[in-house]
Amino acid sequence: MKINAIIDIFPQLLKGLGVTVTVLIASALIAYFMAFIAGLCRLSNNIIIRKITGFYVEVFRGTSLIVQLFWLFYAIPMLFGIQLGSNWWTGVIAIGLNYGAYLSEVVRGSIQSVAKGQTEAAIALNMSRFQRMRIIIFPQAVRMMLPEFGNYTIQMLKGTALVSLIGLKDVLYYGDIMRSTNLSQAPLIYLLVLVFYFILALPLIWLTRKGESISRKGVASG
Amino acid sequence: MVEPIVKYRNVHKAFGDFKVLKGIDLDIFPAEKIAVIGPSGSGKTTIIRMLMTLEEPTSGDIIVDGTNLWKMEKNGELIRANEKHLRDVRGDIGMVFQHFNLFPHMTILENCMSAPIHVKKEDKNEVRERAIQMLERVGLGDKLNNYPNQLSGGQKQRVAMARALVMRPKIMLFDEVTSALDPELVGEVLEVIRDIARNDDMAMVLVTHEMDFALDIADKVLFLDEGVIAEQGTASEVIEHSTNERLQTFLHRFRSV
Amino acid sequence: MNSTYWSWDTFSEALPIVLKGLGITVGLTITSFLFALIFGFVWTFLRRIRNKPLNWIITWVMEFIRSTPPLVQLFFIYYAWPMIPGIGVTLSPFTSAVIGLGIHFSTYIGEIYRSGIEAVDKGQWEAAKALNFSTVDKWRRIILPQALPPTIPMLGNYFIIMFKEVPLASTIGVAGILLMANTYGAQNWAYLEPLTIVGIIFLLLSYPSAILIKKLEIKMNTRFDKKATLENTKKGAVM
Ligand SMILES: Nc1ncnc2c1ncn2[C@@H]1O[C@H](COP(=O)(O)OP(=O)(O)OP(=O)(O)O)[C@@H](O)[C@H]1O
Ligand SMILES: [Mg+2]
Repeated sequence: MKINAIIDIFPQLLKGLGVTVTVLIASALIAYFMAFIAGLCRLSNNIIIRKITGFYVEVFRGTSLIVQLFWLFYAIPMLFGIQLGSNWWTGVIAIGLNYGAYLSEVVRGSIQSVAKGQTEAAIALNMSRFQRMRIIIFPQAVRMMLPEFGNYTIQMLKGTALVSLIGLKDVLYYGDIMRSTNLSQAPLIYLLVLVFYFILALPLIWLTRKGESISRKGVASG
Repeated sequence: MVEPIVKYRNVHKAFGDFKVLKGIDLDIFPAEKIAVIGPSGSGKTTIIRMLMTLEEPTSGDIIVDGTNLWKMEKNGELIRANEKHLRDVRGDIGMVFQHFNLFPHMTILENCMSAPIHVKKEDKNEVRERAIQMLERVGLGDKLNNYPNQLSGGQKQRVAMARALVMRPKIMLFDEVTSALDPELVGEVLEVIRDIARNDDMAMVLVTHEMDFALDIADKVLFLDEGVIAEQGTASEVIEHSTNERLQTFLHRFRSV
Repeated sequence: MNSTYWSWDTFSEALPIVLKGLGITVGLTITSFLFALIFGFVWTFLRRIRNKPLNWIITWVMEFIRSTPPLVQLFFIYYAWPMIPGIGVTLSPFTSAVIGLGIHFSTYIGEIYRSGIEAVDKGQWEAAKALNFSTVDKWRRIILPQALPPTIPMLGNYFIIMFKEVPLASTIGVAGILLMANTYGAQNWAYLEPLTIVGIIFLLLSYPSAILIKKLEIKMNTRFDKKATLENTKKGAVM
């Protein structure tokens, strides 16, 4: 009987897989992009650039994702007088900007924590500012970033569940639909939803551990 | 007469209110080997870091090959040097650090190849050959593809020297290159320096606490004390015939250790 | 901004209504944080069990809770728990949220405790043994007093993180500031102003707290971590 129920529920949840996965991939790409842009901007010599990125980072880190999601959901069409085409974009932008802000701190911190001696050795070899960044600092900083990027990607996966709240038909959305028609099945439904997310998280967990072992080698920090 | 390759003229350096160097005048001639000795905190490291452009003098001039290092001319006026000017002038200077500062994400060979290729835009194959030669010279021909963290301290420091040598500097700076090493590894590094000093015709400035070694290879010894060059001359002049009391105390302490 | 989209009248009308939820939001943050602080110990001690398979299971249960959405976990506790035959009980939205968020974040907090305990010098354990302390006394008098204080800044960070997760509870009907804002929005068909208020409240509370904790962290680091930082400097130096 339980087995039958699982066989009923599983394909229903599967229908939401596409939305969950595409939202995750797209928002992760936006987040990584924003992380590097904002992280580097915060290390800029130009104080105006630093202040503007600082404002972005603190606003998105200081308020919660769910509030940002709702805010953008109502604000984007209002403020810009446009419909983005779909709520899919709203969800992706909210998650991407939110985690981009967190990850920009990871980028900034990693670059700053590459040991000063590395820059000095590069200067002694007469490298330009740009070469120092490209050849010496950045490759080491990126290794240091890997575990945190992995962790935050798992956070992003968890965050994608929120898009069901703005009507996107993701895994949780189909779970909610089934629960509302068959309340007594709720335990099994939500357990399976959780298992679904966990299965999606497994490769990310594995990649994060991989990133940890890479980051332990090949960097001089201090 | 031969012109000095580097001239310090009345160079001062302060960190905040703390005056470290108070008027340094110094000539470094081509191929000259200079040892800098002095008590801890006397500013030995600071002197050579200013030449490597890692530290900016508070006042005074450092002239490298006839060009002012920290100042450049613009519309007939001398202004603070920009990055490009520093790069143009410091190309002939190389440095070896106390803590090696090897690039941990590159193999030994890559450590030695990256600057000639990217900075001097030299041919990759030529650089590779030269880098291998240099690594063989310092006794690491069998470690080309190892990463720095697979080497001992002495080996790391020898790689650091090869890395600097591949750039063919006219002046090499050594900042206490053996003081982070276990005692039994000091000898192998000093041997390499001795070899360079004997066979290469570049100028060398060694900041060191290895007194006997320094006196052995140096043409000129500087005793730095309280922000000035308190004594300078050949090894025997400085060691045996100086009447400077603080120098005698300093040497005495070393001898007795 | 165009006045058809933004009205200061709406803003000032919504402000007191949204603020009515602040007590619940802060109260839920504190309660679920306390729950997580206590439950965190459970994980810490469960993970100290030396039985290999059991340890493996506990590690993966923690991993499961940690890497699945807290929103779904809230739904599970609120909608599904009462339906489980035998052990199911109906819980209020607030209690559900305390348990849901509390358990979710206790897995992180358990790891923080663990890192604190592992940082305690090995000699301290041996000293406790040599002085013949009982197990309880060893933990209460020797280990925990040294292990916990250095974790305070990290715990503080999790307090702020949980504060920002608390509005998730609006989805199961906890009447904090977000639910107040959404309700106002639905009644007046004006969402932007109340939601902006919610954002500002979060920013006003979390940004200064984050700065405070950063300061605390720096202060604690100089007090507790002298050795650790020295170690790091050495590590950085050898390359
Ligand atoms: N970046 C800095 N900021 C502030 N003070 C500095 C800095 N670098 C060096 N100093 C100070 O300047 C003085 C001279 O430093 P320097 O490193 O040149 O001495 P040193 O002769 O090389 O000493 P040691 O033998 O210990 O290496 C020291 O008192 C040091 O504390
Ligand atoms: Mg020094």
